[in-house]
Amino acid sequence: MSFVIVQVIVGGLLLGAVYALFSSGLTLVWGMMNVVNFAHGDFVMLGMYVAYLVYSLLGAGPLIGAPLAMLVLATLGVVVYFSLIRDIMKGPMLAQILGTFGLALLLRYSVFWWFGANFLTLPENVVGGTLDLFGIRIQAARLLAGIVALVVTLGLHLLLTRTSLGSKMLAVAEDSTAAQLMGIRPDSMQAVAWAIAAGATGLAGALIATFFYIVPTVGETLAIVAFVTVSLGGFGSVPGALVAGLLIGVIESLSGYLIGAIYQDIVVYSLFLGFLWFRPQGLMGKS
Amino acid sequence: MRIPASKSLAIGWIVSERQKKFNHVVGFLCAAAVSLALAGQACAQDKTVKIGAVFPLSGNAASAGNHAKAALEVAMDIINNAHPELGNFPLAKNAGLAGLGGAKVEVVFADNQGSPATGQNQALRLITEEKVAALTGAYQSGITLTASAIAEKYGIPFLTGESVAANLTERGFKWFFRTTPIASDFVNVYHDFLTDMKAAGAKTDNVALVHDNTEYGTSVANTLATGFKEKGQPIALDVAYPSNATDLQSQVLQLKEKKPDVVIMISYTSDAILFAKTSQAQDYKPPMIIADDSGYSDPSFIKSVGKISQGVFNRSSWSIGPAGSPTAIIAKLYKEKTGDEMDDTAGREMQGFFVLVDAIDRAGSSDPAKIQAALKATDLKPEQLMMGYKGVKFDDKGQNILASAVIIQLQDGENYVAVWPKANAEKAPIVPYKGW
Repeated sequence: MSFVIVQVIVGGLLLGAVYALFSSGLTLVWGMMNVVNFAHGDFVMLGMYVAYLVYSLLGAGPLIGAPLAMLVLATLGVVVYFSLIRDIMKGPMLAQILGTFGLALLLRYSVFWWFGANFLTLPENVVGGTLDLFGIRIQAARLLAGIVALVVTLGLHLLLTRTSLGSKMLAVAEDSTAAQLMGIRPDSMQAVAWAIAAGATGLAGALIATFFYIVPTVGETLAIVAFVTVSLGGFGSVPGALVAGLLIGVIESLSGYLIGAIYQDIVVYSLFLGFLWFRPQGLMGKS
Repeated sequence: MRIPASKSLAIGWIVSERQKKFNHVVGFLCAAAVSLALAGQACAQDKTVKIGAVFPLSGNAASAGNHAKAALEVAMDIINNAHPELGNFPLAKNAGLAGLGGAKVEVVFADNQGSPATGQNQALRLITEEKVAALTGAYQSGITLTASAIAEKYGIPFLTGESVAANLTERGFKWFFRTTPIASDFVNVYHDFLTDMKAAGAKTDNVALVHDNTEYGTSVANTLATGFKEKGQPIALDVAYPSNATDLQSQVLQLKEKKPDVVIMISYTSDAILFAKTSQAQDYKPPMIIADDSGYSDPSFIKSVGKISQGVFNRSSWSIGPAGSPTAIIAKLYKEKTGDEMDDTAGREMQGFFVLVDAIDRAGSSDPAKIQAALKATDLKPEQLMMGYKGVKFDDKGQNILASAVIIQLQDGENYVAVWPKANAEKAPIVPYKGW
């Protein structure tokens, strides 16, 4: 029994790291820039398809697929910012919701049209199978995603707290007019933020593709977890999202195993709502 | 983790708005096509029997709907043209319907867009505008429910070849017929199969059910649990999970710890793929897995994880049969048309259509009341069918009492082969489950 529990917790941590990984981009855009991006899940989906294309055309694994997905999505992030986000940010909140929602549908159905509705997967051995540590089984693909999640979180955190680029981005997020008076170009900073956020999301998608199925609607399945992770972690806190992701992963696995999978969402969301009742700013958000 | 209702609703709303605009264009094209068809038809009017077919040609289930359309088109080809190579297969030998002086069958397709309301409107349109003699469809049970209610009201026979929800034949309808086996039939199939496997030396005492929380997953699981209990073998473990799960590790670990002899999987494609991948990661191989059709029959399941699901059993009423047999020839026609292998769902739809047209042929008329009477008198033998039913014979509720399924196995990870019952078996069943 206790042995299985260890496996459940290890699995939960790995799952949580994945949650944190695909939430990191959203932390930046939603948590800091204050734009609700409903197309976030579909950015993950695009990253997965880039990884799939790289595998099926070049026969290469995530070593090439992940950086390429990051580049493609970063470019897309900039394009999306200048063609859509820049204008709808001036409008009411509803414009953001509908605008990014429309983008989500555009991306989803474009992929649907191009690839069809079939489920795709990468082969099991694209990232070295499964490790067996004293009977605890760890999927190499998930371990890789977990390590990358830590690196991305650390990188983003350092970028925002230790570099002048980060300070400028935060300044723009806080007060765009004042930042402009200080000689910062809000447009460039926002575009950079979108490039980083979308790039990190694409990277996440390419890594998730190594152990999950790929289908045009997969973003729907994943996006809601990202929103919960970011709000539990605390808006604007990159390490918060990591802790929140790990926490959700472990709670989900434990409750799924101990009480029953059908109840795991109830447990996770009850705890989530209860927690926000006492601490609305989230785990590491500033009050 | 699941999507909140509000977001799904919003998606549905936006999609339906988008579809409405698109539908104006489609509607115009349809109108043009219909007027052309009518012009050409005027001279041969009494030589054609029109049948309405309501399927999801757009929306989430578009893939299934378009496969259904292709299946019916292949059936139409077999009926309307002479196919002596099919031997004594009903309706194949000569061109058109012998009972109606060689009349041709014309299927009028209508798109239900995945919506019960649209399905009902389309059924109404087919009956009142197209004057169809009978209806078939509508893939999703919830849409068959509404569309057949209109047919009942207008006194038009409605035959479904594929919708399995139990309540469809519990409404006291006089014009509704169903050829497919339903969950209560699956109880017998699985139980008899397991009894035979036990006699052959396999352990089958502890049976676990793994199912999602959708209408399909819960209703089939409930029927199986009740049925097995009545047969004196209560289900040992019931594992429910939310559909479209992000992770199935805890379910797999639960099974790994409880060690059931048999796992019955009632899952759609996404979860079936995730289950296969997670089982491999956790090195979990139950001695026997029986899949309840659905996700495990999806060609993309086999392409994605077939190689790590070797030896999984599945229920099906379709089996391709030996080369040169009518089923093999039908499968070849279907593949030529779609590029895909014939699957159980498309096969059940096609079989339902053949049964309906056979009744029209015997009725010798396109009068709905005469077709209804002929349907009630239907008594088809296994050798007259393309699906592995024991025959087709309807009870008072319109349910085919001879519907049945066979057990197939994914032995090589690429193609299912029939393994049970012995009379239908191409190969002997292999246990334990091999996995990868």
